[in-house]
Amino acid sequence: MAKVFYRLPPFCLKVGTIDRLICLGIESTADNLGVGIASSDGTILANEVSVHVPEEGGIHPREAARHHAAEVGNVLTRALRTAGIGSADIDLIAFSQGPGMGPCLRTGATAARALAAYLGLPLVGVNHCVAHIEIGRLATGAEDPLTLYVSGGNTLVSGFEAGRYRIFGETLDIAVGNCLDTFAREAGLPYPGGPAIEETALEGGRLIPLPYVVKGMDLSFSGLLTAAIQAFRSGRWRLADICFSLQEVAYAMLGEVTERALVHTGKGELLLTGGVAANTRLRSVVRSIAEEHGSQPKFVPPGYATDNGAMIAWTGLLSYLSGVSTPIETSYIDARWRLDEVEVPWRG
Amino acid sequence: MEGLRLIAKGAEADILLDPDWNGVKALVKRRGEKGYRHPALDMAIRRSRTIHEAGIIHRAKEAGIPTPLLYQVDPEGATIIMEYVEGERVREIVDRLGAGERRRLFRLIGTQAGRLHRAGIIHGDLTTSNMIRAGDAVFFIDFGLGEVSKEAEKRGVDLHLMRRMLTSTHFSHAEELFAAFEEGYRGAMGPEAGEALRRMREIERRGRYVERENRLDGHG
Repeated sequence: MAKVFYRLPPFCLKVGTIDRLICLGIESTADNLGVGIASSDGTILANEVSVHVPEEGGIHPREAARHHAAEVGNVLTRALRTAGIGSADIDLIAFSQGPGMGPCLRTGATAARALAAYLGLPLVGVNHCVAHIEIGRLATGAEDPLTLYVSGGNTLVSGFEAGRYRIFGETLDIAVGNCLDTFAREAGLPYPGGPAIEETALEGGRLIPLPYVVKGMDLSFSGLLTAAIQAFRSGRWRLADICFSLQEVAYAMLGEVTERALVHTGKGELLLTGGVAANTRLRSVVRSIAEEHGSQPKFVPPGYATDNGAMIAWTGLLSYLSGVSTPIETSYIDARWRLDEVEVPWRG
Repeated sequence: MEGLRLIAKGAEADILLDPDWNGVKALVKRRGEKGYRHPALDMAIRRSRTIHEAGIIHRAKEAGIPTPLLYQVDPEGATIIMEYVEGERVREIVDRLGAGERRRLFRLIGTQAGRLHRAGIIHGDLTTSNMIRAGDAVFFIDFGLGEVSKEAEKRGVDLHLMRRMLTSTHFSHAEELFAAFEEGYRGAMGPEAGEALRRMREIERRGRYVERENRLDGHG
């Protein structure tokens, strides 16, 4: 379990709760609305989620935000019920402040501010990417991993160095999950795209030529996406073979930058997280690389790997216990808040 | 191939030392198979990177950049046998050099990067791990991701990799070192430097590289 330092600002101490703080966290960066409840002893009391499924096309930020606004009350109630606590038991409110889609972030932020103001509790803005890494560490017991975080909105390789999560490699254009989802949609595969491609790929086995683009430790997926769509439209290849090849190329690219970063940093653990972390083929790539370099592969369980409220609640606690809080007046969301801008004092 | 000693296990290749390759001390760079890649994709990547790297190293020499001499290239074995350059990796010496020497070193690195770009070569992994200081010279190594191009975009990516290496690994002197690098780079590249540097900054701002900006957006 992560080390927690009990440096509590005196005003937050309540009689009877000195040894345990409870945080409610709201996640709303994209299509998932999540509410999680975490305790400072490292237990997750609730992790409820409601997913916005677009009727057609990809995520439309305003429609997703509308879904979040309509659902936030229900999900909050469910989370409190699951945790078996009332609002009086909560000590602080955390929310995902960025990066993500503006309208979605604002909806979660509004709910969090309202709760904090109404209950008279401190508010903590959390970086979504930091939260993915922190819940990953908590859920897998990893101490100081190199993290490969792959989702619909993010693709990056990060490790802790000198007070921050440094980014060693990332996509130069679209996220790998975006590449997979968009191809799936173009090819008429069912939603969600990643699992559909994985399943279709099982019937393929012929490698078709697709662009493999790695620049140092950075990646580019937009050319791969275009080429895969063109291959599909040309009618020259079986869909199963395109899915197979798309996965092989995309995951080999991720494998290469991860391996480079692992060798560069010498980290003893390799953590895989994000929505794409559920992919069996990608897991086998990560396992193989970790083993090759004497590192421990760590896979974050699906409920904590996809966007979720528990990661926000947990990271909110870590921040708050290191003296970080966000006054409501300055709690603006930041749709482009980079992971490596965040100070991480709890990992001194 | 007796007496080969593994001296570095890189992400992409093993570097072996052959103390007596036809009478000289030589480095053997062998791109090993990657079990996690589809075999056909794996072979294609290793073969093309081997041929490519040899070609780019040759071009870099024509541009006057110190690079190892090539003794032999074996595409099917994904192996290059080359000169063993005695020296120290820049990555390992940066933090113990004095301020003046550090700046001189990075001005020289910038000059060489500028010459490389002017000659139409993109390094592809321009980091301090891939530079060896030997006496007064800095050898550029590992052109495995290099390519032939004069596109400002690709130059920008190269510069971006250098800059990000400085901010992720040599963060305590990042600004100072990049300033020295930029000075050398501008000197060697002449008027084309501006466009490449502009592109680097644009890449940083683009997509996933956007700095925190305008936090007071709309309704907050």
